[in-house]
Amino acid sequence: MDLSAINPLVLITTLMIAATPILLAALGELVVEKSGVLNLGVEGMMITGAICGFAIAVETGNPAIGMLAAMVGGAMLSLIFAFLTQILLANQVATGLALTLFGLGLSSLLGQGYVGVKPPSTPKIEIPLLADLPIVGPVLFQHDMVVYFSIFMVVVIWATLKYSRLGLVLRAVGESHDAAHALGYKVVRIRIMAIMFGGAMAGLGGAYLSLVRVPQWVDGMTAGAGWIALAIVVFASWRAGRVLLGAYLFGGVTILQLNLQAAGVNLPVEYLSMSPYLITILVLVIMSAKGGRAALGAPAALGRVFHASS
Amino acid sequence: MSDLLLDIKGLTKAYPGVVANDDVSFSIQKGEVHALLGENGAGKSTLVKMIYGLVRPDKGDMQLKAATFAPQEPRAARASGVAMVFQHFSLFDALNVAENIALGMENPPKQRELAKRITEVSQAYGLPLDPTRMVGDLSAGERQRVEIIRCLLQDPSLLIMDEPTSVLTPQEVEVLFKTLRKLREEGTSILYISHKLEEIRAICDAATILRRGKVVATSDPKTASARELAELMVGSTLHQPERATQELGDVMLEVNDLSTASASPFGTSLKSINLKVRKGEVLGVGGVAGNGQDELLAALSGESLSSANSVIIDGNPIGNLGPNDRRHIGVLSAPEERLGHAAAPDMSLTENALLTGSKRENLAENGFINWGKTREFAEKIISDFDVRTPGPSHVARSLSGGNLQKFVIGREILQRPEVLVVNQPTWGVDAAAAADIRQALLDLAAAGTALVVISQDLDELMEISTNFAALHHGHLSETRPCKGLTVDEIGLMLGGADAAA
Amino acid sequence: MIHLEKRAEPSKTWTAFTPVLAVILTMIAGGLMFAALGKDPFEALRTIFYDPLFSEQFSAYSRPQLLVKAGPLILIAIGLSLGFRAGIWNIGAEGQYIIGAICGAAVGLALYPSQSWLIYPVMILAGAFGGWAWAMIPAILKTRFNTNEILVSLLLVYVAEQLLASMALSTLRNPEGNGFPGSRNLSQHWATSNPELISGTGMHIGVLFGFIAVIMAYIMLNKHMLGFQIRLTGESPRAAQFAGVNPTRLILICLGTSGALAGLAGLFEVSGPAGQVSIDFNVGYGFTAIIVAFLGRLHPVGILLAGLLMALTYIGGELAQFMLGLPGASIQAFQGMLLFFLLGVDVLTNFRIRIGHGGKK
Repeated sequence: MDLSAINPLVLITTLMIAATPILLAALGELVVEKSGVLNLGVEGMMITGAICGFAIAVETGNPAIGMLAAMVGGAMLSLIFAFLTQILLANQVATGLALTLFGLGLSSLLGQGYVGVKPPSTPKIEIPLLADLPIVGPVLFQHDMVVYFSIFMVVVIWATLKYSRLGLVLRAVGESHDAAHALGYKVVRIRIMAIMFGGAMAGLGGAYLSLVRVPQWVDGMTAGAGWIALAIVVFASWRAGRVLLGAYLFGGVTILQLNLQAAGVNLPVEYLSMSPYLITILVLVIMSAKGGRAALGAPAALGRVFHASS
Repeated sequence: MSDLLLDIKGLTKAYPGVVANDDVSFSIQKGEVHALLGENGAGKSTLVKMIYGLVRPDKGDMQLKAATFAPQEPRAARASGVAMVFQHFSLFDALNVAENIALGMENPPKQRELAKRITEVSQAYGLPLDPTRMVGDLSAGERQRVEIIRCLLQDPSLLIMDEPTSVLTPQEVEVLFKTLRKLREEGTSILYISHKLEEIRAICDAATILRRGKVVATSDPKTASARELAELMVGSTLHQPERATQELGDVMLEVNDLSTASASPFGTSLKSINLKVRKGEVLGVGGVAGNGQDELLAALSGESLSSANSVIIDGNPIGNLGPNDRRHIGVLSAPEERLGHAAAPDMSLTENALLTGSKRENLAENGFINWGKTREFAEKIISDFDVRTPGPSHVARSLSGGNLQKFVIGREILQRPEVLVVNQPTWGVDAAAAADIRQALLDLAAAGTALVVISQDLDELMEISTNFAALHHGHLSETRPCKGLTVDEIGLMLGGADAAA
Repeated sequence: MIHLEKRAEPSKTWTAFTPVLAVILTMIAGGLMFAALGKDPFEALRTIFYDPLFSEQFSAYSRPQLLVKAGPLILIAIGLSLGFRAGIWNIGAEGQYIIGAICGAAVGLALYPSQSWLIYPVMILAGAFGGWAWAMIPAILKTRFNTNEILVSLLLVYVAEQLLASMALSTLRNPEGNGFPGSRNLSQHWATSNPELISGTGMHIGVLFGFIAVIMAYIMLNKHMLGFQIRLTGESPRAAQFAGVNPTRLILICLGTSGALAGLAGLFEVSGPAGQVSIDFNVGYGFTAIIVAFLGRLHPVGILLAGLLMALTYIGGELAQFMLGLPGASIQAFQGMLLFFLLGVDVLTNFRIRIGHGGKK
């Protein structure tokens, strides 16, 4: 065993890459849940995004177009969820599960011709001046555009929710759809938009996984990342800043255990591989033990069916 | 002609199986407080929803300030100068006062500017309010102020108020009326929806009375007597409950120093409650909504547990027993929320009879349910309490509010309770059914049951209670005999004056 | 403009008919999918739904497979349906299935090569215990800390899969297996095997347990207070509390039962059709059972039928893969679609579709 092989600087760089898919998906789900909808189909939308992005990037040779395609793919899939839960008033838990099961099957179907193919590489963007800083430069400012975009989105979502009219309306809908409806807000329309945003973000997260993080197409490659994104939203008490913290924490654990595996730590590989899931559970327990629903910031109407009677 | 603000002609709105509004016409003058009177289900709320743009009429038209008025959505209504104060469901607990107000405005100013204007308006109309407070932490009266200020900030020409006093103490009602009179002087018209006749006589200039979706009369409430209005509203003479005068028995229910924390984040905790109820006594517990009524019922029904000695029945400590153990010894209850608390909406009446009846009626043996017997029990409730339904296999939510309430109350009464606790027994129930329910409660007391009736309807409490106590912020006032209590005294009790003394 | 209008009561006709409608719609959509894949949709559908049962060439092999595949699905789905009815979402049955299989197999392997007839009953108990214990983790976290059981039970699937890998590769590896991964073959040793009870039917002990579970669940839900409490809690949690239902007890019972049944299914699979603990002996029955539970409308008899239908899609899917080169994943997508359609048409049970005026409400 050789722990000295683990370079903390490389660790931080790779941590950011490992955390980005989950960060994107969790930010999307945060917005969805803030509007009062629980979409458990994150895993399905991520993996669909992963294959859509991968396939289009391979076909066009352009990873950016692939990423856009992934967002469209994720949003399209989420539209099924939106239609079933918002128009046909289906149970959100069951529909979310169906989305995940369907997404896993669909992606595997779409991905048949892409196993073992190498995707075009995603260029890194070095931020002028900052990238040249010693130590900090290579670690923080020499990433690809998606990493920057994910952090940018943390700020955007935080500011939107806190300061803008749009954010206020979104929170109001998630707090009490009856009250929002009585004031004349289009509850269903707002929620469908939120769901599609969540789908696009999850799709992008999936594409980042298949195009940058891994990078190749493997069946079921999200391996629970979508579920961890859901857990991170709970961990974050529905706050954007904390989603960043949670995702990076999780990224850190993942990278650390991979490094420990590589360093040949005297612990079976399987036990290291299960550690991210166990730690996620542990974090969930700590968060839920701390207080009630409202104290944690969960939207009061989360998961409830809205039907405008009369 | 220039004085006419809103003119409604021939509005009709039908829902499957019921015509909610049938050819409704009336008009509101500028600077007039116009009452819209009617029982629950008479079509008042459908009518105002059409004026506010939440529902579109099937037929008929409206004119506002001599121009055609057909709002497609509340936003359009607000833009035309129509504002509405809701009875329920229009505030967001987890948002603060300023955010709540901003949500009801078309073009809210910046948050700091808005906070300033809220403070200004609230002072001008005598409705103090802190813009940064979380709405969930406010009392019912304060919540109403949020809604009123939200409307006033838009300088409405017509303000619709849906049952505004149902959440206020008599003293708060006086404050509200002052605000309304000030608005009237400034030229704002008010459409005032209520079924409380005394209030209407006190504040309104004109009254339109609805019954079963139709306008049955328009009259001047200042000249008409309350009795005339009541009979117009109900369509028949009402049966007044009879109260047998009798000696009270021994103390049956005793609550000592009961404190419980509320289960919900914005609920009220009970603080050191003490009360005694004798056999044959009806203890009326008044209070403005949200002062601990639900929590008191839960503590007595066994849904929330406390220390054994804090609730004593006939000398036996039971504070630590759950609902079914309490039912076993005869403590029964009927919570306020019929659908989703007292009854499961999508389950049949037979199943709902089993819900509380399994123990006392021996409907299950070794855990196996005797459906035949359960059905008989349900049928007995239906026939004894005149529940209008095709049969016990129909689901609870298919019943009207009044019928379901009769079923719920009947279910408990038929189990021969030693102690019965009910919360809002006639809320949202039509007058005839309400009278039946009150009579049934009085009969039960006459047979020796100790009753606790929690209600926000003071008239109801005065009508049936032996003694009266009031809940305020989770405190219960001392118990006083109903006889001789004045409205002012009751108002002070509701406002918590007694607790401070 | 189309809008929905809530029915005064759930429609009894639609309650029964929606699963049928969903199956028909799925066949249409699935046919389109197969056509998009360049296959003849009618041939594909016939190969999936008809040939396994009735073609002379394949039915001899396929028919017994129906029960073999339906057995675990029904067993797991019955357990899940109890929780789903009460609003307790155990979606980690796959993990409980794996752990049940590992525990049951571990007992059998530890006692190898003893020939006592007592071994298999002990394995059954161990399998049920394993699944139960794995399900108790989300149950206790939920009751003690109010932790979301959906996320915990699901995350534990990934943990269970890693445990399975570790077991197949080291702890339970066959010492005489020349270093290949996987345990000894349990089905080839009579004391640890779950044999076919009636030759040529596919009927094994697990299928028998599945049928018993259907009957027990039916009795419990319809005749017993516990079943009433489960339904009541799902319909209206607050009314359940008023009726004196203890939510903690209900969570422990529902999650425990579904875990134990999933564990049993795992044990029967690993000692029968799968034969050994291997790194990928589990084939997602724990997830498919979720579809089975919903397709059966959370009703025991419905689940029985749904389990058979879903088993048919598995067998037919394999056949179509073999005969027409239809990708295996298309069956998974097909099953997902079925759940979508079911959830979608469910709206007809509680709502009436109105076309015409009434506005966008």
